[in-house]
Amino acid sequence: MLELRNLSFHYTRDPARQTIDRVSLDIHQGELVALLGPNGSGKSTLLQLAAGALRPQSGEVLVNQQPVASLTRREIARMMAIVTPGYEVRFPLTALEYVLTGRYAHVPAVGFDSQQDLAIARQSLRETDALQFAERRINQLSAGERQRVSLARALAQQPDWLLLDEPTANADLAHQISMLRLVREMANRQRIGALIVTHDLNLAAQFADRIMLLKEGRLVASGPPGEVLTTSVLSDIFNLPILIDQHPQSGRPRLFWESNS
Amino acid sequence: MIKIRRKWRSTNDAEVGTGHLTRERALIVLAILISLLVLAVLAALVTGSEEIPGIQLLHALSSAVVGMPSRLTPEQETILFQIRLPRVALAIGVGAALALSGAAFQSLLRNPLADPYVLGISGGAAVGSMMANILFPGYGSVQMAGGFIGAGLAMSAVYQIGRRKDDPAHLVLAGVIMSTMLSSFIVLMTALADSLQLRRITLWLLGDLSTGTGSAAIFVLVVSLLAGLVLTGRARALNLMMIGERDAFALGIETTRVRWQVYLMASLLTAAAVTAGGAIGYVGLVVPHLIRLAAGADNRLVIPASAIGGAILVLIADMIARTVIAPRELPTGAIIALLGAPVFLFLLIRGRR
Repeated sequence: MLELRNLSFHYTRDPARQTIDRVSLDIHQGELVALLGPNGSGKSTLLQLAAGALRPQSGEVLVNQQPVASLTRREIARMMAIVTPGYEVRFPLTALEYVLTGRYAHVPAVGFDSQQDLAIARQSLRETDALQFAERRINQLSAGERQRVSLARALAQQPDWLLLDEPTANADLAHQISMLRLVREMANRQRIGALIVTHDLNLAAQFADRIMLLKEGRLVASGPPGEVLTTSVLSDIFNLPILIDQHPQSGRPRLFWESNS
Repeated sequence: MIKIRRKWRSTNDAEVGTGHLTRERALIVLAILISLLVLAVLAALVTGSEEIPGIQLLHALSSAVVGMPSRLTPEQETILFQIRLPRVALAIGVGAALALSGAAFQSLLRNPLADPYVLGISGGAAVGSMMANILFPGYGSVQMAGGFIGAGLAMSAVYQIGRRKDDPAHLVLAGVIMSTMLSSFIVLMTALADSLQLRRITLWLLGDLSTGTGSAAIFVLVVSLLAGLVLTGRARALNLMMIGERDAFALGIETTRVRWQVYLMASLLTAAAVTAGGAIGYVGLVVPHLIRLAAGADNRLVIPASAIGGAILVLIADMIARTVIAPRELPTGAIIALLGAPVFLFLLIRGRR
């Protein structure tokens, strides 16, 4: 289980504003949780806290029953993979080399990549439909293609927990859906737990087991999509009148904004 | 139901074989570079005002190894063992040190334009060792320590400025300002020197191997070898740092520790190179760039290959410097700058596009 216990956090340069205010949430194995909320509500910060990249001022994060603060970076990287909007890579690294860096926590600090590491890297690229880029330079790929390579790198880490910060923001519709299907399948088959930050309410409604709604650093609603995604809650959070009906096949909530507003 | 997911392209694993660095490829590139270095060393030993034919040179070197007398005249022997060999060793050590620190800085700052000279770190080392020389004249080790402190201070200042904005040119600008400031400092210090010292200092600032001693050569060679081994050992971590510190951290690297190790090694290398051979620029920029162009960006190859490539470059440049207007000499650094500055300009313009 990945447990966030009563986390509070503020940036040192801005102590007046509580970025995360007493947030608790548990993610179980095999569960896909979507984290939604307006800009600046603290979604990405919460993800960084869960990954141990930021230290909360109070509260703690437990991963597989161990406090994140007590683990080495290597131990954390073997359990958790985080995908964030990437850096611009300024060196001629290939996509395959980029994905191979995901193996770092599993291999000795000195040496070359084993056949097994290569097989894992290629398999990860294949799963995100990016194997055709393996030999291309990472800085020559489009933003959407790079996102698939970044997800592949996270898969190459073979984590128990996936933390994804807008993994589909630049992908085309087909790849948005295939990436989330992949995460869904991994949750079902390999019992991976995933926490996904997204702005796409409809994708979240379709794929998530649970939805967490964050506003001004506070968790305002949490539960299955059908319970949480209601007109009143969403209209309040996003300050926009929202209409909800159902997906014709899955029966999950489908959201629109009011056309006359 | 319409299947949205595209069919995964069935790329055969056998087709995807060259997208990464293998042990074999690394060894081949290193073997080629070592052969080139050996050739350059032999060429450097035979050229000069006193001709030593190649056959005699090989005989003299092998005799020296087994402790037999050579067939050279006493003058030739003095020139070979007292003058040329130390100078060749100095060129190798300085070249390797500069290229290593360049490659390390570039990965750490994730900036292909980083170079100890361009960033003002060589300038810091120069000021540090000159001040040490003024305060404690005659102590070589104090001069080295001063250079190390100067390099370290200049580096941390540039690093702090550079990390505020994620733009390679921003860092270079910080380095240029640092360099200008430090060279005015040097000019103020040289105001106290007499004309003979002034000429020596000027040559040294341009990068000059003619005043280097045998012990300086051994020192910079040892520093290069040890720091080269440490950095090669951190190559895997540097591959991740080169993508970005936040990513490296998330992928399992204690980034602060790696950053300090690289800091220490790069400052040491710069200080050793500058105290031994003066402020030679662009070696750390040009060599790693060419290696990456030829063999990819993986630091497991880029770091050791840069060391050898840097040695070759400085060795050849020094050979040119001491032969074109013989018996007078040109500063080695000026020859390299003629080659390096255009490459730097090209990278800067291409990066801005």
